[in-house]
Amino acid sequence: MARIDLDLAHAYRPNPREDSDYALLPLTMSFRDGGAYALLGPSGCGKTTMLNIMSGLLVPSQGTVKFDGVDVTHATPQQRNIAQVFQFPVIYDTMTVAENLAFPLRNRKVPEDQIKKRVGEIAEMLDMSGQLNHRAAGLAADAKQKISLGRGLVRPDVSAVLFDEPLTVIDPHLKWQLRRKLKQIHHELKLTLIYVTHDQVEALTFAEEVVVMTRGRAVQTGSADALFERPRHTFVGHFIGSPGMNFLPATATGGSLRVAGRPLVLPPERAMPDGELKLGVRPEYVVKTAPGDPAALPFTVTMVQDIGTHWMLTARIGEHTLKARLNPAARAPQVGEEVWLQVMGPHTCLYLNDELVDV
Amino acid sequence: MSATTKPVNQKAWLLVLPVIICVAFSAILPLMTVVNYSVQDIISPERRVFVGTEWFASVMRDEELHAALWRQLTFSLAVLAVEIPLGIALALSMPAQGWKASMVLVLVALSLLIPWNVVGTIWQIYGRADIGLLGAMLQKMGFDYSYTGNATHAWVTVLMMDVWHWTPLVALLCYAGLRSIPDAYYQAARIDGASKFAVFRYIQLPKMRGVLMIAVLLRFMDSFMIYTEPFVLTGGGPGNATTFLSQYLTQKAVGQFDLGPAAAFSLIYFLIILLLCFILYNWMQRVGTQEKEGVE
Amino acid sequence: MQLSLDHISKKVGAEQWLYDMSLAPRSGEVTVLLGATQAGKTSLMRIMAGLDVPTQGKVLVNDADVTGTPVRERNVAMVYQQFINYPSLRVADNIASPLKLRGEKDIDQKVRSLAARLHIDMFLDRYPAELSGGQQQRVALARALAKGAPLMLLDEPLVNLDYKLREELREELTQLFAAGDSTVIYATTEPGEALLLGGYTAVMDGGELLQYGPTAEVFHSPQSLRVARAFSDPPMNLMAALPAAQGLQLTGGPALALKLPDAPAQRLASFTAGVRGSALRVTARDGDVALAGKVELAEISGSDTFVHVATAVGELVAQLTGVHYFDLGAPITLYLDPAQVYVFDANGALLLAPNRKGGPA
Repeated sequence: MARIDLDLAHAYRPNPREDSDYALLPLTMSFRDGGAYALLGPSGCGKTTMLNIMSGLLVPSQGTVKFDGVDVTHATPQQRNIAQVFQFPVIYDTMTVAENLAFPLRNRKVPEDQIKKRVGEIAEMLDMSGQLNHRAAGLAADAKQKISLGRGLVRPDVSAVLFDEPLTVIDPHLKWQLRRKLKQIHHELKLTLIYVTHDQVEALTFAEEVVVMTRGRAVQTGSADALFERPRHTFVGHFIGSPGMNFLPATATGGSLRVAGRPLVLPPERAMPDGELKLGVRPEYVVKTAPGDPAALPFTVTMVQDIGTHWMLTARIGEHTLKARLNPAARAPQVGEEVWLQVMGPHTCLYLNDELVDV
Repeated sequence: MSATTKPVNQKAWLLVLPVIICVAFSAILPLMTVVNYSVQDIISPERRVFVGTEWFASVMRDEELHAALWRQLTFSLAVLAVEIPLGIALALSMPAQGWKASMVLVLVALSLLIPWNVVGTIWQIYGRADIGLLGAMLQKMGFDYSYTGNATHAWVTVLMMDVWHWTPLVALLCYAGLRSIPDAYYQAARIDGASKFAVFRYIQLPKMRGVLMIAVLLRFMDSFMIYTEPFVLTGGGPGNATTFLSQYLTQKAVGQFDLGPAAAFSLIYFLIILLLCFILYNWMQRVGTQEKEGVE
Repeated sequence: MQLSLDHISKKVGAEQWLYDMSLAPRSGEVTVLLGATQAGKTSLMRIMAGLDVPTQGKVLVNDADVTGTPVRERNVAMVYQQFINYPSLRVADNIASPLKLRGEKDIDQKVRSLAARLHIDMFLDRYPAELSGGQQQRVALARALAKGAPLMLLDEPLVNLDYKLREELREELTQLFAAGDSTVIYATTEPGEALLLGGYTAVMDGGELLQYGPTAEVFHSPQSLRVARAFSDPPMNLMAALPAAQGLQLTGGPALALKLPDAPAQRLASFTAGVRGSALRVTARDGDVALAGKVELAEISGSDTFVHVATAVGELVAQLTGVHYFDLGAPITLYLDPAQVYVFDANGALLLAPNRKGGPA
């Protein structure tokens, strides 16, 4: 278990000049000992690069990586004592499950009886005690991933476990079970866990803190709550939430706000700079209100979808569209109908140049 | 109540017809001729007598044939024993990517491109005690090397020649197999602290199983049918120390014009190869599927 | 065109890949094939396309038997999960290929308009290998649309894409399907995707076709336990129950006031009560039944929180809107409105489904 400190950048070329030359723009980040973190972002954002730098499979072009204050930038993964679980299960085909789990310990020349004990413990934790003598090659994908994970956990002094999109090949209904298992393991073993994914559900359910990344930049780090309620950047607002935050362009002049040519009242306690802003409100917080509500705007309904647990409304005002999540018990509007939807509320965020305007 | 399955495309047969005709003329008709000869005593081109299975019986009893068969088997097994591990070792040491990889691939494949009788000739000269590089060097070192006089020397030379000629094939097949292993396996092994040998034993070798199967099958079949190289090198000598099965057959058929027994023997030869390959293949397939099903 | 599968089944060697099923996807609409991997979705699609022949049964197009007709002679477009494009042709040529085969005029113009619809008009001169995964899949989609076939098959086309990209493309696909008049068959493993695509859904499990109907209807009225299991995310909470005076008695828990349909033979049998995660609440309302338990796990997914609670009737998962924090092991009471309970009989068939108020237009 270790605390990991990063103070680095990684460029594709030896003399980087512009932002696009960097795979990872200069950043400073700390992962506390025993914490569960997720690196979340679209393909190509640099999350796997960051993970490989932390594990030692890649050396950053500039900067340092420290484990518990010790500089390990040039140390191998073995020396750092980390474990990594990859996108598709990596197991030793010729060995049984028990032999697979014992492999890292055998390489370290740990006594056999200790190995047996430890393998038993880890198998118990992963619900694989009954399969210890089966050939690993014949098992299903989720069992194989558990073995990959087990190989990492079997070392008692492992410093951190790094996951690179580990649930990619797993069936949706098995993903639930594996996610739960990971959370339980974190709770029991209190290891430093770092999880890379493009799937926000995985990231938010797994991690205590999520690092949202795009194009080599860490845009915001925070808890699920903070990322959902107060995204500091429009990218975070868009990326987190399914569907993401709605953005409506707004013009602010002298304390009054106009959205799509219509006035919108601003609650008195909120201050606001002048200029072209973006009004961000999540579909979950858009509510249907009475016509003429000063915090609402009129929209024309273009699509109504029954998502089982709620209605998803798509509506437009002028040339802008908005999505709203409505209560399943309420009557759903018809396509073409005009509805007034409240967009200004306590959960609404305002953005200037894509950055959150702090109130 | 079965579904009507119309034949997919009748026109396709027309396209294949020319090939069928060519194959018929160049392979099937000659094969039928051989079968024809094998049941007749051909005293002269005009006089033939039907003898049924007599040739087959006499061929099976032939002592010289047994000896040649024995020599052949030993040779093939020796070839496999040397070429497979050597090929794997070579594949492991070849670079994985970049311009070096292309260069090494070309160099390695060179010996495969040489016509087989030229290979025999190269080694013939190479092994000569007076002007051959190998022969002369061994003589200088005090070794009384003679592949024409000493049976063991002849064997070793023929073996080395085959190894020199064909190991690159095994190496190339294994190289292809190695390239298909995803990087993550090596990374995981590094993280698990595995030694180089452990990586070889638990990752590379198992993943190469498919290509190794092909390599073993190919090398076995080819070495079992070997003719040109040893014939050019030693002519089957000294005595009949390096007279392998195909050469024995040729001696019988062409040399002695015993077409009947030769034809019978050809068929038996053909069947032996088929049988051995069938056994080998099935055994490997079974081992392969056992792995897949996770049988303990 | 009306595609119809008449009692088809598929057996390969000793394995039964598809059990006897009949399906007539609504013409001009989207039919979602929903099921886990290995449920038989791809096998079924291959038979629909003409790539495979069923072991038994007939495939009919507009009442004409096309069972043995190979795919080349049928007018079908297919999109795969692996972004399949012609690697040696530029994007423009890729999209144009079906148009060229048909000998159409004005190819350039049509290619441009299709590319614009799929937002790849700036890549027309590039090769597929130079594009990102999402863009490659758009090229494959454009090519499928260019073919203008009356039947379009999509086999989990978004599964290899990023989460957010999947959302965006799915929206675009919904609009594209609505604008066209082809019959679209879309295979997926995610119940959420089926709900977002709308249309009709065919639920498959283990090679069997379990239910076919309008998506919302299949979701709200699953005919059997297997359908309920296959068509929920998070998994439906299932509890053992026995018939009681007022309705249903949960094994190990409270009674539920329900009006079960009259079926004297089932009076003594055991039932399964099912309730969706979203029907469980942490604040009580009138008429709610309480289920006490301990928090095992709380998962926050941004807009919802999933709480796993160990109760006397089993382990339940509740889906709560918004972000809620819970301490592991803390006591918690879940509230349930009996009107939102599904009841399945001993064989798994549906007996009672919750009433839905306020259907879509």
